[in-house]
Amino acid sequence: MKTPLRSIIGFIGPSIILLLIFMLIPIVVSLVISFTDFDVYAIYDWGRASFIGFENYVNLMQEPLFWRALLNTLYALVVAMPLTVVLALSFAALINREATYFKNFFKVSFYLPSITNTVAIAIVWAWMLNPDYGLINWFLGLFGIQGPNWLGDPLWAMPSVIMLVVWKAVGYNVILFTAGLQNIPDYLYEAAELDGASKFQQFLHVTIPSLRPTIFFVTVMTVIGYLQLFEEPYMLTAGGPLNSTLSIVLYLYRQGFRFFKLGYASSIAFMLFLMIFALTYIQMSARRSEV
Amino acid sequence: MRSRKVSPIEQVAVHGLLIIWLLISVIPFVWMLSTSFKGPGEIFIFPPRWIPRNPTFNNYIDLFQNMNFGRPFLNSVIVSLSTTFLSVLVATMAGYGFAKFHFKNKNLLFLFILGTIMVPGQITMIPVFLLLSRLNLLNTYWGLILPAIANAFNIFFMRQYIMGVPDELIEAAKMDGAHEGWIFFRIILPLARPAMAAITIFTFTGSWNNFLWPLIIATDESMYTLPVAVSVLGGQYTENIAMQMAGSVIVILPLIIVFLFTQRYFIKGITFTGMKG
Repeated sequence: MKTPLRSIIGFIGPSIILLLIFMLIPIVVSLVISFTDFDVYAIYDWGRASFIGFENYVNLMQEPLFWRALLNTLYALVVAMPLTVVLALSFAALINREATYFKNFFKVSFYLPSITNTVAIAIVWAWMLNPDYGLINWFLGLFGIQGPNWLGDPLWAMPSVIMLVVWKAVGYNVILFTAGLQNIPDYLYEAAELDGASKFQQFLHVTIPSLRPTIFFVTVMTVIGYLQLFEEPYMLTAGGPLNSTLSIVLYLYRQGFRFFKLGYASSIAFMLFLMIFALTYIQMSARRSEV
Repeated sequence: MRSRKVSPIEQVAVHGLLIIWLLISVIPFVWMLSTSFKGPGEIFIFPPRWIPRNPTFNNYIDLFQNMNFGRPFLNSVIVSLSTTFLSVLVATMAGYGFAKFHFKNKNLLFLFILGTIMVPGQITMIPVFLLLSRLNLLNTYWGLILPAIANAFNIFFMRQYIMGVPDELIEAAKMDGAHEGWIFFRIILPLARPAMAAITIFTFTGSWNNFLWPLIIATDESMYTLPVAVSVLGGQYTENIAMQMAGSVIVILPLIIVFLFTQRYFIKGITFTGMKG
């Protein structure tokens, strides 16, 4: 039975219209703007922007800062991604054991960092990372270790950002993994045990393979999230010192909304989009070939 | 049920590891709370003191009296509540439509909506900024709220949930002559309440925490939301760390309280999305 058009428009219409205005049309417009020299003057008079073809993209490719931002972002991704997944999966496995007490209490506490506001918590972290009065160097000092000047040293600034990022992400993924673990049927473990598999072997040959869908979902979402790294470096170091924490989105924000080079910034946004798309595609086809 | 003897050493080791991560998760909050009550004399004491000897409310009072934190607080409440209300309403309606209506190209349209989840927000940011500046909506509540109402994820979530409502219920109501509006309010809304609760919390948290968009759209101080106001506090080099911590408490504490009361919806919601992925 077909639904009358009036109902369709009434119920689905608002969402479609809003998504058209604020998602679909902007995606196309963004592509168009990336081929123009749209700048601060053009904001008041759109006629002042003109088409310049691929110039923004060519300039972007020749801009050392963009490459720096790209490398920094990939650095964060390559270190933070495995750390997040391994920590989250390990804690989920520990919580999921039958003999573990206070399961829910641990889950909820681990999840706390994920819901909190990044901007506000970054201020707290910046204070904890303070080389003279911070908690972290005080703690290291208990073991006789002289901690570095975390946020002031170009070598340590990105590791500081990564610490905050991982701290925030682990709890969310623990919840995903514990849910995945509960879906693994008991008989698989019983069979493995009968075959004389040790606990570690069971983890390797039963848990990991059964968890593939969850691991896949977690890695895809984590990659997408980390490529859009912005708030942590913006608050902790503002991209410094010496651009050591400049991320792609931070570079985009500076170009677009500090210097109002909106055409150029749009080309950065599209490069980011392409990267997210490419990495997701690679992960999906890797998964397909595995099956 | 499997039951196996677990050695005490293993028990201690496992719980020890869990407690270590628990401390790592929670200590920044404790530290934030503790520092926010410290006076100027106690901030720079080393080794750090966990419980302030002379706790003071001055940092909080300063925030509201000298930094005018009342306004961003109010802005955040207005923006987050309206965004959440409108977004949940619109998503539930669309979710019902996509779950139970029959029309041509429904699935194609739905796929189209799902596709937008993949698109990073940075892509749409610039055109939407231009559109809103053309409509003179920069530095307005509408500029902060409108772009966030239609949320593809929420629509997807509600559709999945409402698909579980038995068709017979709807058919029976139609036999009795009920129209779609009556069915929506009397059958769908009451049944979909748990799912609506989950996306309400997600959307509220997301809106409350949103930073980049308000940073761009609210250039006038009177329209700052809390995260933007706090970022300004942290951005200036102020000696007064304690006030920055108090600001962080004001942003984070409401979230923690809401979360502790509603965590089962959070956890259900996350599990739900993860499993469908």
